[in-house]
Amino acid sequence: MKSLQLESILKGRSSQPHQLIEVLQDVQENYGYIPEEAMREISKRLGVPLIEVYRVASFYKAFKLKPSGKYVVTICNGTACHVRGANLLLDQAVSQLGINPGEVTDDGLFSIEHVNCLGACALGPIASENGNLGHHMTPAKLRKFIDSIRLKEREEVQNASPQH
Amino acid sequence: MPRLNTKEDLEIMGKQLLFDRGKVNKTLIICGGTGCKASRSQEVIDAINQELLMQEMDSEVHLRVTGCHGFCEQGPIAVIEPGNIFYCHITADDARDIVTKTLKNGEVIDRLLYTDPVSGKKIRTESEIPFYQAQDRQLLFQNREVNPRSIEDYIAIGGFSALAKAIDSLAPEEIIRSIKTSGLRGRGGGGFATGRKWDECREAPSDEKYVICNADEGDPGAYMDRCLLEGNPYLVLEGMLIGAYAVGATKGYIYVRNEYPLAVKHARNAVQQARKLGILGEDILGSSFSCDVEVARGGGAFVCGESTALMASLEGKVGEPRPKDVHTVVDGLWHKPTTLNNVETWANIPSIILNGANWFASKGTKGSKGTKILALTGRIKNTGLVEVAMGTTIRHIVFDIGGGATNGKAIKAVQTGGPSGGCLPIDKFDLPVDFDVLYEAGSMVGSGGMVVMDESSCMVDVAKYFLTFLQDESCGKCVPCRLGIDRMLEIVTDITEGRGTLEQLDLLEELADTVTQTALCGLGKTAANPVLSTLRYFRDEYKAHITDNKCPAGVCKALIEYSIDPEKCTGCGTCKRACIHSAISGEKKEVHVINTELCQKCGICMSECKFEAIQVS
Repeated sequence: MKSLQLESILKGRSSQPHQLIEVLQDVQENYGYIPEEAMREISKRLGVPLIEVYRVASFYKAFKLKPSGKYVVTICNGTACHVRGANLLLDQAVSQLGINPGEVTDDGLFSIEHVNCLGACALGPIASENGNLGHHMTPAKLRKFIDSIRLKEREEVQNASPQH
Repeated sequence: MPRLNTKEDLEIMGKQLLFDRGKVNKTLIICGGTGCKASRSQEVIDAINQELLMQEMDSEVHLRVTGCHGFCEQGPIAVIEPGNIFYCHITADDARDIVTKTLKNGEVIDRLLYTDPVSGKKIRTESEIPFYQAQDRQLLFQNREVNPRSIEDYIAIGGFSALAKAIDSLAPEEIIRSIKTSGLRGRGGGGFATGRKWDECREAPSDEKYVICNADEGDPGAYMDRCLLEGNPYLVLEGMLIGAYAVGATKGYIYVRNEYPLAVKHARNAVQQARKLGILGEDILGSSFSCDVEVARGGGAFVCGESTALMASLEGKVGEPRPKDVHTVVDGLWHKPTTLNNVETWANIPSIILNGANWFASKGTKGSKGTKILALTGRIKNTGLVEVAMGTTIRHIVFDIGGGATNGKAIKAVQTGGPSGGCLPIDKFDLPVDFDVLYEAGSMVGSGGMVVMDESSCMVDVAKYFLTFLQDESCGKCVPCRLGIDRMLEIVTDITEGRGTLEQLDLLEELADTVTQTALCGLGKTAANPVLSTLRYFRDEYKAHITDNKCPAGVCKALIEYSIDPEKCTGCGTCKRACIHSAISGEKKEVHVINTELCQKCGICMSECKFEAIQVS
């Protein structure tokens, strides 16, 4: 964990307990999750008991207590997406990646998020990858998309390995 | 930009901007809202910019990238003025033609025009499109006039003149009286009288008061607040400032869902620009009225849409609601009197001040005034945001604006009001969008979500969907909500999995009634609505699950089976490749077969088959 980043997040917010959620938002944005050490430091600096920091961090969906995969495949489960077959997308992602929502693949490449609404309801069903929305998704589109990332990653690994 | 010290300064700035803009005679308006962005509008914008530069047209054409226009299904969309020419489904490859043909030579490009799905005819202008024609776009129309990053754009169309009028010539009491007369009711779901809320807050004694904009739009299937805040944050800010002046608040917060990064960005930018111009902060427009506004990001908890939970969240705490024996207008944020309104409610304020309470009250029904933005989505042709006068019938919205069903399937129901609302069957489609009428019918206007369902939706599954959502989002503080939703979900799951009994339906209703009467906050009190409304209107579907062990819509996995129709199967192999459980076998060009032991009934094969050869029974 780079403590410099945390330092700049906490700057000017010492002893301001009401800043807790804003601080956690920034930590989540910078680190991709809320590390335990960060919670301890935030607790000390804002003057909020550690248990309360944990309580808030675990209450809100925006905060992850574990790192996510490099590619976060988010499946929207809003009502509009649901009636247009969002379940198919979830089944596709879960079976293809072999993980459940909230989990990370062994190679650390993918994780699946199943969220309640991404707010692009007219274009459902929606699946997004690291925040980029894909509209009118179908299982086939999603399958090709996941395959293409896997291929890209494999090529990168091959290109990075020394030539024989 | 110099600071504006008087109402006249603002007027002069507006006139100057309008004059400057008049020099450029062509405007290309492109939607850069979230929907169109997902359809790659940014690529189109970049390509057009480049083309304008290359053809040295950049000084002749004003390119305005705006927020959402509402017609998301057709995105990316653009409008060219003068002429009102409407293009849809634009790609970056169309940029050259748009610049050369339309902007330079005034030619209309046929292939980019909208085709009316009902008549099959191409339509040339935005105003002729039935989707827009049937609406009354008081708020949404402003989105296309403003670049959401440019306060000048807003000022050029008369922005902040309502605020200037209010602080210059209206007493706070006059404003409150006007809001009361207008009949404006909260657009976030509750439908509480806005003027009364303001009045109580003004009357509450305190040295400090707050105004809050609730932009924690958590209802799945609703995104109008997102589009207002993303598309015209200045309008919302102006409404808030008028409210702050009326109730005597000196500080405001815009509480935005963090899932809406563009809304956060645009709101923050608007606040900074307004501060620089003296429209926000100390001595606004040279008056003695001071008020500052901050943007706070929500943590993604549905319950935080409830006012007391939202305030707890703003204080940096867990978003749990508290009893409202004393209303938040008296004891709100930091225990100070607080007026909390939804984004759309605030956005309605400036026009009431400018056009008068009677103008607003002239629209709508006896108890529901003005217009309402609805998120029209689901199994219909034209999906998007629509703004209609209150009192418009559901039928008009679904069939005339929405264009009716897709794929020839019969429309069965509409779900309104999100998880707190209910499902109305097609024989209730003549009901008007009206707070009281929809409540009587077992649903609600809510925040304006309107999800249309056809015969492929199972209503028991829909009830289960909402209960699952609410179980996940219940904060767990009060027992009726925490355990009541759990038990209801258990019963509904039993029914969808073929273990249900008819006696359970009575128990379900009893539980629903108890949760409604005893839960602590609005989330719990309304949690049973999806169950109650589906039981009321679609009891036959529940019974089919229980007595016949059948899911009529073919959705509930435990009660269905997939098979391939040998007559229709061409042996193309798509289903075999698509099946993630390797349950389909067959040689190329021969009839394929589903192995029912391996089949997990996900339905992916059916969604992929182009020949409708896969059946569900």
